[in-house]
Amino acid sequence: MKRQIPLLIVILLGFTFVIHTFVPSKLSMDFYDWYQSWIKAISPFMVLLGIMSLFMVNSNKIQRKVPNWQYSVVTLLSLVATGAIGFIWGTQEGTPFMWMFKNVQMPMGATMFSLLAFYIASAAYKAFRARSMEATVLLVAAIIVMLGQVPIGMKISKYIPETATWILNVPNLAAKRGIALGVGLGMVATSLKILLGIERTYLGGGE
Amino acid sequence: MTFEAISNFIAAFFTLSIFSFLYKDNPFYKFAEAMFIGVSMGYAIPLVYNLTFIPFVYRPIFVEHNFWILIPALMGSLYIFRFSKNLGWLSRYPIVFGMAIVGMGVPMSMHAYVLVQVRTAMMPIDSINTFLIFLGTVTILLYFYFSKAHKGIYGKITNIGIWFMMVGFGASFGYTVMARISLLIGRIQFLMGDWLGLIK
Repeated sequence: MKRQIPLLIVILLGFTFVIHTFVPSKLSMDFYDWYQSWIKAISPFMVLLGIMSLFMVNSNKIQRKVPNWQYSVVTLLSLVATGAIGFIWGTQEGTPFMWMFKNVQMPMGATMFSLLAFYIASAAYKAFRARSMEATVLLVAAIIVMLGQVPIGMKISKYIPETATWILNVPNLAAKRGIALGVGLGMVATSLKILLGIERTYLGGGE
Repeated sequence: MTFEAISNFIAAFFTLSIFSFLYKDNPFYKFAEAMFIGVSMGYAIPLVYNLTFIPFVYRPIFVEHNFWILIPALMGSLYIFRFSKNLGWLSRYPIVFGMAIVGMGVPMSMHAYVLVQVRTAMMPIDSINTFLIFLGTVTILLYFYFSKAHKGIYGKITNIGIWFMMVGFGASFGYTVMARISLLIGRIQFLMGDWLGLIK
């Protein structure tokens, strides 16, 4: 029963939503509004789960004094400090909370992602070293698209930006369309598997 | 030292700490990484509290006296049992309640990803470009049909699909690299301009 009742809820509510989409009516719209208000009331508690998980993982590391446990202290302290600053001084512009965002969170986030520029380039070099014709096509398309976005591309040849636009509008469109059709059919199949109770991994393990 | 200079110094310290990973893993990077995780999560807490808990839980119950909202609020609090061995099954209720939205996903995905794409693909073939788009779409779809072995003429047709996909992946890869490079330029501009004042 611990698995069957949740499964039954998904199946009943899920098929109600299928009917709601195909047969819109006052009753089904009211039902959808009711569902929305309930889902919005449930959603803040998801963050609670994330915080609990972070606390448990890091406090466990600190208790067991695993190598580099000191960094878990930094994580927990910065978590508590940022949250407390937001609650004490508010989250508006000009508050210490926004200062933390602009001078700590945002620079680190941007730098972390910009770091990938180096690794993505070296990984691409290792992966695509023109070992086959297909890899060469990928590499050439990537180089033309990159050069087409920057002024130096225009300086090298006026055809580079034009070719980049053509790549994006023609072969890239065909590729995106073909993949989108596959993704769409895959999403429908997966949704149906969930609705029919075939896919149950979201219920987790145990009884 | 002005307040702005101190702020820039702190931002530059964290920027350089993250960049130091390019040399090798080191205590500065580990410190910045640990801080980034904590600050990012801590940043979400007051925002979620102000933007979702207050308007959708606190206000309906305590201001508007809509006590029905107590049910989803209690259901949401069942998430905390996810870590319990004996009561972990209770956390399935908020999960499945959210999962039910996949019912809408069936017709919505069919419409957005399949029907709209098919409709836009069905245009008159009046130029080489429209022919190439048609050829690419069809050959890619044939490539993903695995019930027939990709051999002989069929294999050659699906090979055309691979070529189209490679061009598409190349374009996506190029865009991703450019996005990362623009972030890198932004950080360099901050270090050289806002922090060191070398760029005016």
